[in-house]
Formats: sequence, structure tokens, C-alpha cells
Amino acid sequence: MADAAATRAARPPVLRGRHDRDEITGRIGSIVLRGRLPRLFWPAFFVAFLFVLLFFFSIAWLISVGVGAYGINIPVAWGTMISNFVWWIGIGHAGTLISAVLLLLRQPWRASINRFAEAMTLFAVAMAGLFPILHLGRPWFFYWLLPLPNTHMHWPQWRSPLVWDFTAIATYATVSLLFWYMGLIPDLAILRDRARTRAGQLFYGILALGWRGSAFHWARFDRTYYLLAALATPLVVSVHSIVSLDFTFALIPGYHSTIFPPYFVAGALYSGFAMVLTIAIPLRRAFAVEDLITARHLDNAARVMIAAGMVVAYGYLSEAFFAWYSGDTYEQTTMWRRAFGPYAPLFWVMLACNVGVLQALWLRRVRFSPLALWIAAVLINLGMWLERYVIVVSGLANDFLPSSWGTQSLAWLDYGIFLGSLGTFFALVFLFIRILPAITIFEVEELADEKAGRA
Amino acid sequence: MPQIFHRSANGIARFVLWGAQVAFLLVILVWTGLVRSEFFTEVARAPRQPVPFSHRHHVGELGIDCRYCHGGVETSASAGLPATEVCMTCHSQIWTNADMLAPVRESLASGEPLRWQRVHGLPDFVYFNHAIHIHKGVACETCHGDVDDMPLMMRAHSLTMGWCLSCHRDPEPNLRPPAEVFAMHWKPPEDIERVRKSLIDVLGIDTATMTDCYVCHR
Repeated sequence: MADAAATRAARPPVLRGRHDRDEITGRIGSIVLRGRLPRLFWPAFFVAFLFVLLFFFSIAWLISVGVGAYGINIPVAWGTMISNFVWWIGIGHAGTLISAVLLLLRQPWRASINRFAEAMTLFAVAMAGLFPILHLGRPWFFYWLLPLPNTHMHWPQWRSPLVWDFTAIATYATVSLLFWYMGLIPDLAILRDRARTRAGQLFYGILALGWRGSAFHWARFDRTYYLLAALATPLVVSVHSIVSLDFTFALIPGYHSTIFPPYFVAGALYSGFAMVLTIAIPLRRAFAVEDLITARHLDNAARVMIAAGMVVAYGYLSEAFFAWYSGDTYEQTTMWRRAFGPYAPLFWVMLACNVGVLQALWLRRVRFSPLALWIAAVLINLGMWLERYVIVVSGLANDFLPSSWGTQSLAWLDYGIFLGSLGTFFALVFLFIRILPAITIFEVEELADEKAGRA
Repeated sequence: MPQIFHRSANGIARFVLWGAQVAFLLVILVWTGLVRSEFFTEVARAPRQPVPFSHRHHVGELGIDCRYCHGGVETSASAGLPATEVCMTCHSQIWTNADMLAPVRESLASGEPLRWQRVHGLPDFVYFNHAIHIHKGVACETCHGDVDDMPLMMRAHSLTMGWCLSCHRDPEPNLRPPAEVFAMHWKPPEDIERVRKSLIDVLGIDTATMTDCYVCHR
């Protein structure tokens, strides 16, 4: 009992030190309004931009040459486009969890990190949305997935996972965008009021939609914001469940476990929080906001990762167990060949990252060392990408007839598109940090006021 | 601090927000109409041909059978275009010096086929087969229209997927006895309803699978 109390007392606070409104607004606002950026900001952006160019080049190559230009093959006709898609959309989920679920649960530690986590969601969904389209044989006809009044005179094939993906991503992107923008409005008004150039006043003023911060405005804001949070909360669960059903729909051994929906959702949160840490740790260091994004945030994110990661580990175990328990030769063979077949190295690296590295997070020392935590987060991101790749590829590589077994390898285009999407994602994050406040000004102010007993 | 925006900014903001939604709906509406218009479907448009061949003259006035020139229609996917020699079965004897037919004579002399412009083109991913339609009682004129009244060949129907499906979903109203498929302006007999019903059975038309994807897309 005394121990528990001692541990609780030892937890670092959500905000470190004492802050007042002017100071917080000034510090966060000046990044945007006066371009108070770290020295390496633009060189780092330039590197990301090179990868954006690589992304454009790879996409142009893919579209002009055709889908045969990357690694896919028969029988492995789903490749990195699908694993990239699952990986990216999973990353978005942490942002939604932080912004919506933690808001509804009244968790004060969400305030400093929700804005950039939401931006991360938005950019991750934007990246994810591209991949099912690039996966199409004729990407320029992607709009056939929409129920438009077209001259084909038939609706999209609702039995096709492509249509589910399209609906899930479109819903997710719309709600994420609305939620993110809604939360931005009071901050945009703050920036409008502090902007010193006419262009800045106009830019932030138009986006602020005439926000004056009156009591009516705040009452409506709260109502809408909580309503959107309630709308976004089911999406944390539903979007990745639908993604997992894409797999179960194909009657391929290794795609078919009933654990898939919860296991995918846990995997999404796991990789999402890993990405939050991957961004947050350099961000707080570079912009010297360690007192706003504190050790508490990193600790909490690491704890969520432990919870989600252990569910993922359980998912691995359950998949293996049910393959054995089912008595189904095909299922057993696929599981066996996943671990000892052509993709065995990837499988074991995946396990080492997702289950092995995770165990380090139990140690308080690791959770409170930003560098160690960052390395763990990056490794887990890698592991989660490998997990998706292993699931996608190893199922198709070993289906029912050994005579039709085959493998696929990664072509340069697989790397080009994946690294390109990473670069585009980070380039968007850089632009976002430059143009919009990456930390929610009004919520951190509120938090500081509450802490100081001024609220 | 002076006001950043003039009072009129409120109105402009509202106009833009509502206007964007209206514009979005308008785009869909216009697009929906546009893809159905003859501008897009190319209906009633006759492309320029190397020789202004008139179906009205050859079919309507002279009464030459479709199969005289389009010989593959009963046996293969493509109905086929006539070889220069087919034109020459008559035109080595009549109109032998007509200017209009100069390209045909050149083609015969050089062995280089005439480059006719395709009027009824389908996308490459559609595998249309003439023979099966002919044998299941779908007439030439059902899809190609009043060819005997076309001075230059033109499209009578849009050839959109919706148009194909309108018959594949309910083929009965477009059927006739296979003996009549080459007739122009065919007058259905009194008991056509009964005939069409029996044709479904007699010709073995499997309506249940006719809208399956693989029927036209492989």
C-alpha cells in the first residue's frame, strides 16, 4: 500500500514548472508566427523532400509500367501495397485514441500531444489511402469504387474488400479532418490576434472562421468537440477491424483467424503509439518543450504500448495455437512455413522487435530514458511493418496446393514507394509544425491555469 | 487594434462555405449528364473514312446481306471487315474508274489494306463476341441500328456498360428467331411474347449467369 502510494508520488507531473498564458502562447505561437525553428529544421525538411520526389517518381513509374513493376507475383498478388496500407492506417489510430478516447475519459495528459497526434493521424490516413489505389491494376479508375451515378449502371461490388476499405478510409479521413480542424479553431484565433503581418492575419483569420472566444462560442465548441469525439471513438475499433476483414474474406490459410479484428486493432494502437513517440521525442528536444511534453507523456505512451503490445503478442500465440488446435493441415503448414519457410528471417525479426523489444519497456529506466524509448519505438515500428508484410505474403505464398506455392521478393519500387511515403509523411509533419501550432495552446493554458489554481 | 476583416467578410465566408457544397453537387450533376451526352458516347457521329462507304446504298438500296462483307460474324468474336478483294468482286466490274474508289484500287495494287476507322470500339478489357449474340437471337440492327439508312457508318447506341447490362439483365425483349437476325426492320409476329419466352429455353440462354463479371471481363 505504501509502495503503491510511493510509486504514484514518484510519477512526474503532466506539466513541469509554472506557466502563464502569455508565456505558453508566446512560446508555441512564435514557432509559427516568427519562424523560431531549430537550426536543422530546413535541412531535415530538405531530406524529407528528396524522399517526396522519390515518392512521385516511384508512383509515376508504377502507373506507367504497371503493377508488375513491384515485387508482386502469382500466387503472391498482394504485396507491399497492402502491407503499407495496413501499417499506415494503423499508425493513425493512436492519434484518434489520444484525441477522442482520452478526451472522453478526461485524461489531462492528452492536452500537449493531441494536436500533433491528430495531424499524424491525418497524414498517416492520407498515406494509407493512396496504397489501395496504387494496388489497383488501373489506378485512374479508382473512383469506380464510389457509388456514383455512372454509366455502368451498377453499384460498386459490396462483397469486395476494396469497397470496404474505401468506405472505412473515407469515413476515417473525414472524421479525423473535422476533429483536427475543430480543435484548431481557438488556436487559429489566438494566432490571428498575435499575427504581425497582414498576410498572417488574413491566413489565420480566414481559417479561424470568426472565432471570438465568447461564452456562446465556447459552449458550442465544447458540445461539438465532444460530439465529434464520440463519433471518432468507434472508429478506433471499426476501421482496423474492417482492414482485418479484408484478409479473412480471402479464404487463404493464415488469413483466417477469428482473433484478427482485436489483434489488428491492438497492433494499430501499438504501432501508432510507437509513431507518436518516434515524433514526440525529437520534437520536444528540438523545440525545447520538455516542460510541456514531459516524461509523464512518454511514460504513459510507453504504458499504452505495453498493454497493446501484449495483446498483439497474445494474438501471435493465439494464431499459432488455433492453427494447431484446428487440426487443419493447410493452416498448420502455413504457420509452420511462416516460422521456418522462405520468410522465416522476417518472421523472427518481427517477433524480436514486437515481443522482444517490448519487454524492455517494463523497466522504468527505459521508459524514462528518451533515447532508449525512441530506439525501442523505431524498432517496434519496423517490427509492425514486418508483421503486416509477413501476414500478407506468407499466407498467399503457401496456399492449398504445394504445386502452386511461390514467393515474391522486394523490387526497388517497393523500397521507393515505402521510403517515399515515409518521406512524404515527415515532410507533411514538418510543414504542419511550421504553419500550425503543433501543441494545443488553449488546452495547455487551461491545464497550466488549473495547476496554478487560477481556473 | 483595428478590425482585420470588413463586415462583408461574414457574408463572403457563408457564401464560400455554402457555395462549395452547391458546387460539389453541381459538379456531380454536370458530370452525370455529360458522360451520358452524345459528346461523350459518340452516338450519331460518323468518323471520316478512307472511302465514304455508304451502308444506305449497299444495304438499303442494293440489299446486300451483312455477311457478304462481315463474314466472321457467325463464327468468331469479330464480325470482320472485308478485304479489298471483296470490294473488288463488284468494283472490278462497275464504277471501275470512279475517283471515290481510287483508294480501293491503290489498296489492291499495293496489297496494303484500307485503314477503316472503327466506329463501334469497346475498351480492351471487354471481350465482346459477335457469334454468340447472333446464335442466341440478337439481331444486327438491335445494336447497330438502322444501318440501311446510314450514308456513313455511325453509332446508334452508346455502348456504355449500362447499355450492355440493360439487355444482359433482361434479354427477352431483344430476342428474335435466329433465322431473322440479319433482317432489317423486322416486324415481330403477333405471338412474339410466346416466341421470346420459348427462345430462352430453346436457345439455352442462361439468364442467371449473364451478368457475371467474367462473361465480359476475363
